[in-house]
Amino acid sequence: MTDSNSHKLTLDETRHVAKLARLQLSDEELESCRHDLIAILDHVATLGSLDLDGVEPMAHPGDRTNRIDPDIPGESLTQAQVLAMAPATEGPFIAVPKVLGGDGDSA
Amino acid sequence: MTNHQGVVETARLVRDKKATASQTLDDCIERIRSGDSKTRAFMRIDEDSARLQAKTVDDAIAAGQDPGPLAGVPIAIKDNIVMQGRESNCGSRILEGFVSPYESTATQRLVDAGAVLVGTVRCDEFAMGSSTEHCAYGSVGNPWATDHVPGGSSGGSAAAVAQGLVPAALGSDTGGSIRQPAALCGVTGLKPSYGRVSRRGLVAFGSSLDCIGPLTRSVEDSAAILNAIAGPDKYDSTSLDSLPPDYLSGLSDQKPMVIGIPRQHRHEANDPVVEAAVEEAKAILESKGATFMDVDLEMTDHGIATYYVVATAEASSNLARFDGIRYGRRAQSQPGESLDDLYARSRGEGFGPEVRRRIMLGTYVLSAGYYDAYYKKALQARRLIHDEYKSVFQKCDLLLGPTTAEPAFKIGSIADPITMYLCDRYTVGANIAGIPAISIPGGFKEADGLRLPVGIQLQAPFLGEPTLLRTAHMLQQAGSHHLASPVGG
Repeated sequence: MTDSNSHKLTLDETRHVAKLARLQLSDEELESCRHDLIAILDHVATLGSLDLDGVEPMAHPGDRTNRIDPDIPGESLTQAQVLAMAPATEGPFIAVPKVLGGDGDSA
Repeated sequence: MTNHQGVVETARLVRDKKATASQTLDDCIERIRSGDSKTRAFMRIDEDSARLQAKTVDDAIAAGQDPGPLAGVPIAIKDNIVMQGRESNCGSRILEGFVSPYESTATQRLVDAGAVLVGTVRCDEFAMGSSTEHCAYGSVGNPWATDHVPGGSSGGSAAAVAQGLVPAALGSDTGGSIRQPAALCGVTGLKPSYGRVSRRGLVAFGSSLDCIGPLTRSVEDSAAILNAIAGPDKYDSTSLDSLPPDYLSGLSDQKPMVIGIPRQHRHEANDPVVEAAVEEAKAILESKGATFMDVDLEMTDHGIATYYVVATAEASSNLARFDGIRYGRRAQSQPGESLDDLYARSRGEGFGPEVRRRIMLGTYVLSAGYYDAYYKKALQARRLIHDEYKSVFQKCDLLLGPTTAEPAFKIGSIADPITMYLCDRYTVGANIAGIPAISIPGGFKEADGLRLPVGIQLQAPFLGEPTLLRTAHMLQQAGSHHLASPVGG
């Protein structure tokens, strides 16, 4: 566990986390978020007092394994249903900004 | 104009042809229209679809067919459970205008049982909150004191039932979101075992923690709703394969019981009224032959820390799907903007502060370099919490304690996230371990001219719903806290 006093989240790190989370936040929002995260992480650091050596992590109650269904095609949404939900469409497509090439290239 | 006729009673009148489903719905809509301005529990009334459902029930009765065990019972649905062709917003701007193309399994099963889904009720955005103040479409008042919170995140569900607008509502519980508002509004709230009720159509928050459950006035009504919604579902691979028992008929079973009271839930921070409520329940159950023992849940102090790592990690992953591209709200496109920028702006504008905070926390604890320090440790702590419950339940059949330390607080009075998170101190354990738990009305705190309800919580081992419901029912049979109504509602 990270010692609560050894490391305080910086604004640059907060900005990096926001980038990973794909959240555009203003500097003011980032600072407010940083402040809250530090307080929450300090509380979470109390887990450091537990002896967790050799304890198997538990991701799911009951430790159920994957259920495999037979591979039979079923009903799915129609193209019209999918397009009806999209905020922007062009003909039979969902419209998005240019993905490849040009100024908007994010690849 | 209020009506505190319950689920079982309403269905009986409709089935016995003493009332029609359509008239019952008309009365319910009238109650909501005239009474909802007090608490603002409802997001919307789905009048057209509800009328069709009511007519189907009346037609079935006229044709001599069985209209189902919940015939004509109007039910409100939390805004994070989707219904086909109806709008669901999850209390969030990012789902403004979203109309679901499919039906949740729980609501489908209610309709199949003859219920009428009258409308949706407000909740904290994506069920993240303990006060329903984090609803992008306005907060909800507590029917007992409208400048107080109803609890959350299923605050609209609890307020609507407490006010007598509907006999039942569905809520969802990830860390206490059914039980805490039930306690604060003086109603009965059940969180079933993980996987007992299908999560299909419940907008995912913490997938290994989320449960759908009923909020009702009585335990009997809770059992009637659980009967309809529980069971395996091919559309949810985490739903349990075993068939559920009949919870309603099991209420009258009599069995000797040993009940544990966790020492760590008798905290000095608990309001004396909350402590008295636990003592009163203990005395009633003792008089019915139950034996009591003090037990230790030493991991209680680590529950919130464990929960906020696991739940936010899962939330950051689940909420990645809201990108403003395929559905929901998209930010206004700007010239030359990249797809990544559009995602980030749509999400930054669409999510409220509490959801952003939790996505940030979840992203951080899963990020390179911190995964082992936070996420893995929390999963290990989860194992210890789970094992501690397991060992305690080898000594006793049930656990009794408070649902929350205090009654409802004033809207706007808690600004600090940690203080808000600690409201769920006694409830998160059941979600972390996957066990069932129920909150029932335990009494009232009377101060400053206000009468505010408090709740007591019973917890049972995995799939221990029959014992849980039977014992809670026994308490209600011997007491009357669940029958009390707020003034003017």
